[in-house]
Amino acid sequence: MAYTADGKTVEADEEGYLVNINEWSEGLAGEIAKAEQINMTPEHWEVVNFLREYYNEYQIAPAIRVLTKAITKKLGADKASNKYLYELFPYGPAKQACKIAGLPKPTGCV
Amino acid sequence: MSLLHTVSKSPFERTNLQSCLKLATPGSAILLYEDAVIGAMQGTALADLVADAAKSCKLHVLGPDLAARGLDASKVLPGIAVVDYAGFVDLAEQASAVQAWC
Amino acid sequence: MEEDMEAGVVKKFMYVNRKQPYGTVYALEVLEMVLISAAFDQDVHLVFTDDGVLQLKKGMDTAAIGMKNFSKTYRALEGYDIEKLYVDQESLDERGLSEDDLLVDVQVVSRAEMAKLMDDMDVILTA
Repeated sequence: MAYTADGKTVEADEEGYLVNINEWSEGLAGEIAKAEQINMTPEHWEVVNFLREYYNEYQIAPAIRVLTKAITKKLGADKASNKYLYELFPYGPAKQACKIAGLPKPTGCV
Repeated sequence: MSLLHTVSKSPFERTNLQSCLKLATPGSAILLYEDAVIGAMQGTALADLVADAAKSCKLHVLGPDLAARGLDASKVLPGIAVVDYAGFVDLAEQASAVQAWC
Repeated sequence: MEEDMEAGVVKKFMYVNRKQPYGTVYALEVLEMVLISAAFDQDVHLVFTDDGVLQLKKGMDTAAIGMKNFSKTYRALEGYDIEKLYVDQESLDERGLSEDDLLVDVQVVSRAEMAKLMDDMDVILTA
């Protein structure tokens, strides 16, 4: 599959993850979110930006429990609860937020 | 014209480099690349053996493979030249034949 | 399901890395296996010996070989609660390396100490 943003078409795999992370842009993130039926709010961006920083530092998308632990450390426990994250990303924070952030599918089965 | 010997496997895992050094005749060229580049570094257990070979053969090591492994190109043994991909092609072009130790 | 795993037996796992990072795919495959297995809350030990010590070398730049530099991912292991990393001094010495050349905190042990540690494991996987 593919996404189009700012007049550019960007390739994604069959599950919707970007093939090349370097092709990500904020506009594209909005398009991916639309496909995921998510309306991006500042709270969504906080998680997406956090994931991009994590990837930049470690070159992987974190497993969900690693994500929540890292978010607790940086943004506080209330923003790391499963309830909070699932409200933002109903089909799985790791999977959906990673997809919007342009990251590959998270490493780890949970 | 003489041979170009290419070695790509780690000398700490296989003995390709050691065998190559036994059979390379004086004046021939040797290029270490991929996992073999560790053999070009100073301070390893093989440094004396390789430095000795560099006196009679023309030793080279592939720069991009050093960089990928975080190995400092300024710390290769004396007598070993660091080359890039174009240099690799030049070496192959100048050789009578290529002996790939793999 | 999580309770089941917590109630289950915790085994001592050891992953032994013996190869350089980029010449073969083993190092990356072991790293991915370790990250995935972290979900099972076992007592994980990571050993870097022989050429495996080169997986932890600082300052890798893979741009020119067209491969992903996955060495930064070793620094994520702490977040996965994998904190028992061992390197043997002899392997460092043979390659002209020292502990300062490594990009993560490890326990540097002698080969004899590593041998003892290995004897104490329930499961050992080597690549």
